[in-house]
Amino acid sequence: MTEARIIRVAGAIAEAKPLGDAALYELVEVGERRLLGEVIRIQDDVATIQVFEETSGLGLDEPVRRTGGSLMIRLGPGLLGSILDGTGRPLAGLAERSGDFMAPGMTLPTLDLEARWPFTPTVVVGAEVGAGDVLGEVEERPGMMHRVLVPAGAGGRVSEIRKGAFTVTEPIGSLDDGTALSLSQLWAIRQRRPFAKRLPGDRPFITGQRVFDLLFPVVEGGSVAVPGGFGTGKTVIEQSLAKYAKADIMVYVGCGERGNEMADVLHDFSRLTDPETGRSIMDRTILIVNTSNMPVAARDASVYLGMTIAEYYRDMGYHVAILADSLSRWAEALREIAARLQEMPGEEGYPTYLANRMSRLYERAGRVESQGTPTRTGAVTFISAISPPGGDFAEPVTQASLRVVGALWALDPSLAHQRQFPAVDWDVSYSLYTDGTRAWFSSEAGADWAELRVETVRLLQRDRELREIAGLVGVDALEDEDRLVLEGARIAREFLIGQNAFHPNDAFSSVEKTYQLVKMLWSFMEAGETALEQGIGFEKLDLAGVRVAFGAVKTAASDELDEELSKAKKTITEMRSA
Amino acid sequence: MKRVDAAVARTYSGAAYAAGPLIFVRSTRRAKLGEWVRIRGAGQDDRRGQVIDVGTEITVIQVFEDTVGLKPADATITLTGETAATVVGQDLLGRALSGTGEPLDGLPPSIGEARLPIWGAPINPVRRRNPSDFIETGVSAIDGMNTLVRGQKLPVFSAPGLPGVELAADIVENARPARGEPFAVVFAAMGITERETQSFVSRFLESEVMQRTVLFLNQASDPTIERLLTPRVALTTAEHLAFTHGIHVLVVMADITHYAEALREVAAAREEIPGRRGYPGYMYTDLASLFERAGVLKGGSGSVTQLPVVSLPDGDMTHPIPDLTGYITEGQIVLSRELHQRGVYPPIDVLPSLSRLMNAGIGEGRTVPEHREWADQLYAVYARGREAKLMAAIVGSEGLAPGDRRALDFVDAFETQLINQIGVRRSLAETMRVGWSLLETLPRDELSRISDAAWTSRPGTADADEGSR
Repeated sequence: MTEARIIRVAGAIAEAKPLGDAALYELVEVGERRLLGEVIRIQDDVATIQVFEETSGLGLDEPVRRTGGSLMIRLGPGLLGSILDGTGRPLAGLAERSGDFMAPGMTLPTLDLEARWPFTPTVVVGAEVGAGDVLGEVEERPGMMHRVLVPAGAGGRVSEIRKGAFTVTEPIGSLDDGTALSLSQLWAIRQRRPFAKRLPGDRPFITGQRVFDLLFPVVEGGSVAVPGGFGTGKTVIEQSLAKYAKADIMVYVGCGERGNEMADVLHDFSRLTDPETGRSIMDRTILIVNTSNMPVAARDASVYLGMTIAEYYRDMGYHVAILADSLSRWAEALREIAARLQEMPGEEGYPTYLANRMSRLYERAGRVESQGTPTRTGAVTFISAISPPGGDFAEPVTQASLRVVGALWALDPSLAHQRQFPAVDWDVSYSLYTDGTRAWFSSEAGADWAELRVETVRLLQRDRELREIAGLVGVDALEDEDRLVLEGARIAREFLIGQNAFHPNDAFSSVEKTYQLVKMLWSFMEAGETALEQGIGFEKLDLAGVRVAFGAVKTAASDELDEELSKAKKTITEMRSA
Repeated sequence: MKRVDAAVARTYSGAAYAAGPLIFVRSTRRAKLGEWVRIRGAGQDDRRGQVIDVGTEITVIQVFEDTVGLKPADATITLTGETAATVVGQDLLGRALSGTGEPLDGLPPSIGEARLPIWGAPINPVRRRNPSDFIETGVSAIDGMNTLVRGQKLPVFSAPGLPGVELAADIVENARPARGEPFAVVFAAMGITERETQSFVSRFLESEVMQRTVLFLNQASDPTIERLLTPRVALTTAEHLAFTHGIHVLVVMADITHYAEALREVAAAREEIPGRRGYPGYMYTDLASLFERAGVLKGGSGSVTQLPVVSLPDGDMTHPIPDLTGYITEGQIVLSRELHQRGVYPPIDVLPSLSRLMNAGIGEGRTVPEHREWADQLYAVYARGREAKLMAAIVGSEGLAPGDRRALDFVDAFETQLINQIGVRRSLAETMRVGWSLLETLPRDELSRISDAAWTSRPGTADADEGSR
């Protein structure tokens, strides 16, 4: 058979022939430098390939080789703590080979093939196993058990299983049909990993951000869109979640974003420890980095890669959060490729299948019962930042997201200009998960959680109306009751939903602290109303003292919280006698 | 960094057709994407071009010079086998060059140290160091309120009639590294007018600043498509100075809007599907391939810092050019027409301006410990005053609360004393002093962002004087 050769190159797209017998999404090596590419269209004997590496210098007549498989990732112990590019190559390994700058044509396995992992089987010879069953465990990081599963499609009687230290590719045993078992398995990243059944979400994903936990909660297994123009703090939110939110595993996908930002993430994450376990947060984190100047086709792959890794740990029975920053850059990669293919464009030049692809991606989030025994439940929570052009949400990527996600955290530039962070627009944002999380919050935080939430939303709405009036007639012209509402809402904005991501005690708020702050807000409102009823004028209230007290509670360390709370209570009761 | 491979040139006579800045050639052998091309028209100067689409039937070449008068059928087209490359070296410092690196100063071409491809490879993210070293620009609104750090890309959002290029030129003259380390400027001018060229080029050429500057000049009258090369030639030069010689390089790119328009022109000639306002869908990726070349490397001593100037068409921040720029860069310095008309220079509006890397570059051990509080407090009072100004337009300044009235007065003082600095370079210490004196006009209990420690350590107080003794 004649070797396939390049007949066209334009941007990230190459065409080669004869390659009519290739499969869609088959991985190919393109050109003399063996650049990684993927077949995305076949017409007669011509295959169209999207190339995951820089194509400049790629020429006509250069060879294209088939690999027979699609873009796969080797899933196994050693993923935690790794920093990968969009196609799954470890960036540190690439730097060792090619220095400070990325060089095309470098292949490198995702996992360290030399490292040995101590494996303890939990099945015995003669046991009958099927896909998804747990074969045994490896302690991947201290306290973090990596469950080794029977790969999809395999099953039978265990004819051999060994305890000991193995590399990820060595056999740890076999099945009676001759299938070799190992610590790792290959998986095609564009393909969803199977599970036994979907379960409804019933636990909140504790983000540690009061505005989300209190007003717009998300369940474990939920999906959220976070759209915001530039400078509204999307990245700070995504990073705060990656650092502090409660999940067993975090997958952070930096998709088409800034290189310096990723340097910041790498720098911060390597120094931070999880307050509960005292271990580095890198122990629970996987970073996928494809900056805006890295090849655009790999941007497309990076999100699928992250999702596949998330599903893999979900299948072991963990709660995994995947944070993508930003999905707009992923969608733009689709647009760029589609334009090169001269496909008929849909809205704003995006391909017509954009919404479809996005829904399929979002729907890979969820809480599930895994395949196999013992029974495990795991969840993938998906939080995606979106960068709408000009900050206008009426654009295809935001709109396609809103069709599927369960919550919207909308960021507003005017709040960001006022330095109100997180700059979440409470009028536009919503969550469909409040019902699903009510039971948990009322038993774990306080029975009146839901009520306090509704009251706070109402207060903020009333505030907006009053501020419009005050803008016309001046604050002094308002009734005392209305001025109290304005003051309460100001406290809510500054001390309850406002949070400083760079303050060590404020960056993460426990459910307990969030609850105490919202309680405090309402005891202030009650005390204020009582005072006004008793004829004490609004001007007479010591609001400065109250604000100081709220500030102290907000920034209190966990061991000072009780003390600050009791001081604050005293200040609130005494505010009218000042 | 890789050197360019040995070249194998192939020559073809006659192009199939031409359209705008593009020529289309039939059946080229082994043409490579990005390959450098020479085009010779009968009786005309050589033109330069680049392969942007290769195919067995048609290969598309983008021509950097004007194509007026070019007859496709008569042209001789040479594929050089090289990709676009430029000569780099320390001997370029002090030179004035064209937008593609040809001498403009009458001196012979530089010999240089290497010829490097201009399409720089991306920095491996794990090799980047977190930018955190303060750069003193001499401009109060930047140093004090929107601090620039090494390795950052911080654009100036200007508009027609606003002095964006002048501000950039001031910074070129006044910027100083913190500890007297080696420092250089690479100035890439794209489509700037004769008037702008006269005003700052002559200024540079006359001052000692020129010794540490490389100037790439693509003027408004120069070929449009050449503008696509200019920033890349400049950045390749800058990267070499920074990462081979350990120099801190500030790259000024003015004006990105002209660059983006050249990008659109090529896209339109290729009949590509346009994105927003006719700009190509890949403009984000293309701009990122420029802006992402800023940075600092682990274990290296040099840095590339970028100061692009963007003219906002019709002053519109949501226009695709500033919008996509803002998504890639680490903040923006926004110029205001209102301040400009009132004679404030530089007319920087600090409210929409932002330096995302400021926190990493200021504070103890970098600038001064109280820098953050100082900046936050000035910002807060100024923001309150600006809001009060709107309110006063409705209810009159007598209708304002006393705090709002004081903030309103503060706005004017802040703009004329701190922001305004015509012809004066201010050190950070001087900037901070002006800021403190403005804050001192307000009651202490309204300065809620200033801690007591910061308040007592400000210059001019007993504590601070004792501390400095």
